[in-house]
Amino acid sequence: MSRFILHRLLSLIPTVLGISLLVFLMVQLVPGDPAEMMLGERASEQAIQDLRQQLGLDQPLYIQYGMFLSRLVRGDLGRALRTNEKITVEIAERFPATIELSLMAMLFAVTLGMLAGIISATRQYSLFDYASMILSLVGVSMPIFWLGLVLMIIFSVNLGWLPLSGRMSYNIQLQSVTHFYLLDSVLAGDWKALRDVLWHLVLPAFTLSTIPMAIIARITRSSMLEVLRQDYIRTARAKGLSRFAVHYQHALKNALIPVITVIGLQFGILLGGAILTETIFAWPGIGLWLLNAVYARDFNAVQGGTMLVATTFVSINMIVDVLYAWVNPRIKVN
Amino acid sequence: MKVRADRSAPDPVASPAAVAARAALPPKPRSPFREGIGRLVRNRTAVAGLIIITVFLLMALLAPWLAPRDPLAQALYAKLKPPFWDPAGSFDHLLGTDDFGRDLLSRIIYGSRISMLVGLVSVTISLFFGTFAGAVAGFYGGRLDNLIMRFMDLLLAFPSILLAIVIVAFLGPSLRNAMLAIGVVSIPRYARIVRGSVLEEYNKDYVQGARALGAGDGRLIFHHILPNCLAPLIVQTTLGFASAILEAAALSFLGLGAQPPTPEWGAMLANGRALILRAWWAVTFPGLMILFAVLGFNLLGDGMRDALDPRLRD
Repeated sequence: MSRFILHRLLSLIPTVLGISLLVFLMVQLVPGDPAEMMLGERASEQAIQDLRQQLGLDQPLYIQYGMFLSRLVRGDLGRALRTNEKITVEIAERFPATIELSLMAMLFAVTLGMLAGIISATRQYSLFDYASMILSLVGVSMPIFWLGLVLMIIFSVNLGWLPLSGRMSYNIQLQSVTHFYLLDSVLAGDWKALRDVLWHLVLPAFTLSTIPMAIIARITRSSMLEVLRQDYIRTARAKGLSRFAVHYQHALKNALIPVITVIGLQFGILLGGAILTETIFAWPGIGLWLLNAVYARDFNAVQGGTMLVATTFVSINMIVDVLYAWVNPRIKVN
Repeated sequence: MKVRADRSAPDPVASPAAVAARAALPPKPRSPFREGIGRLVRNRTAVAGLIIITVFLLMALLAPWLAPRDPLAQALYAKLKPPFWDPAGSFDHLLGTDDFGRDLLSRIIYGSRISMLVGLVSVTISLFFGTFAGAVAGFYGGRLDNLIMRFMDLLLAFPSILLAIVIVAFLGPSLRNAMLAIGVVSIPRYARIVRGSVLEEYNKDYVQGARALGAGDGRLIFHHILPNCLAPLIVQTTLGFASAILEAAALSFLGLGAQPPTPEWGAMLANGRALILRAWWAVTFPGLMILFAVLGFNLLGDGMRDALDPRLRD
């Protein structure tokens, strides 16, 4: 097992190096001079020259990449164009918001998705089965940026049940230590703040959860159906075990193996979807930050943010691989 | 031709015995293609998808005749009119108007043109380059295979919408660049399918036989091997349309794809977003269109997977 983990960890190195090369080369896609694009048409020639020098754009490509890599290794992503704040600091403040949102969305997706999948499988061809499978097809096709707006109209504008946007109401004072507001409010023992933060999470997290939820529901259903056809399930039934014992103690455990893989892979989709969800709900996370960097043509910040998200993505995939091998020992290094 | 001529001619031997003899003949074997079509027609999911897609295609083709108004014409006296069933609405604008007084129904109809175009262009890009890369990697193997597939893995190391956003960020926002970005992002999916199929088929006797007869590499790949991996490719292409439409709408929604005043569904949503407190219709209808178009291609792709390629079923 430890050999497998080591193997997967080491295989991460070339991947991350590759990502860095790709992210670095993206600046070459810019039509014209990046420094000029970043500063706009009215910038003076001197300012553009200075920025070119500062970004190393006057050096040959391989030296530029070397500089880029050495800065990456030292954890220095440069400064954001708009705020002149260190990019690493800005990211560190915003990444927890995205993680909090993604985890909450995953919680929704896993509980509701698995529940729907299990009920569908144990009552195959029932009305519930048909309804949930149609809903899951709709869910996979959902433009979440639209769903978010519709939920906002219904639950915030018309019914007034949930807050419109943001992470917290303005009148709530919370000392932020970890930047995870849920954790912060629990640490502070401030239940009013916790309630407020939770309320703000509901709509964005649900919006973000739709696609993974639909996929998890479908996989759970088909995996569960597969297992329910096996001989040992028939034996368990023949022994006279209750429906509950057969379904939840015998079948579910084995049906979960493919579900776990899918859940892991969905985290990547969540990170991508977070960009859209955060935009709609003005959620101050990494997605919204990255998008604002795109709008501001702050190529440095875009590179830094992309690097971080892609690295997180491949790291999660690696963790999923390891977990999968742990749950299912038949899969081993090869 | 010959068969048809026989049938139309008066049958000289229509004796009961001849009829019985003909009935006893084994049924003509159907080609795999026709068999696939048959299974597809019987698949309700696929048929539902096909119907939805047909509606959208007709809408796109007939937009100038279907749309009641010019999708770009502004009418400041008719700003933010609700749909016709609302007491304040009228039959002049069946689905209401936006904040420039533009007819929402007409814009939605014209929007189908852009979404279908986006699907077509992006899928063509990824299908072409993906098939090429996958075929070359699988056929020649070795270092080249390694190089190509590692690059594909690298593209897959990014959440696809993020990669598309970043590519457009550097190229500059426009519908053309969005289509390009979405096309590039999906190349690995096709490359993997084709490479897998090529590896599977390459050592089979018919390929080696053709090679022994002197067929060149190109002929082996395109004439002998690729036709045998069409089924999964067709499925992926259909599903690819769905994700391309969805991603293009997302990019346009973020202001990185189609630019105003283009009647593109995602861009219309972005405009409607500022109006959610006053005009729910400006948000609701464009989004529904995206949902249905994507759903149509997903349904067809799902149904096809079951009908054409049982191996791919999950």
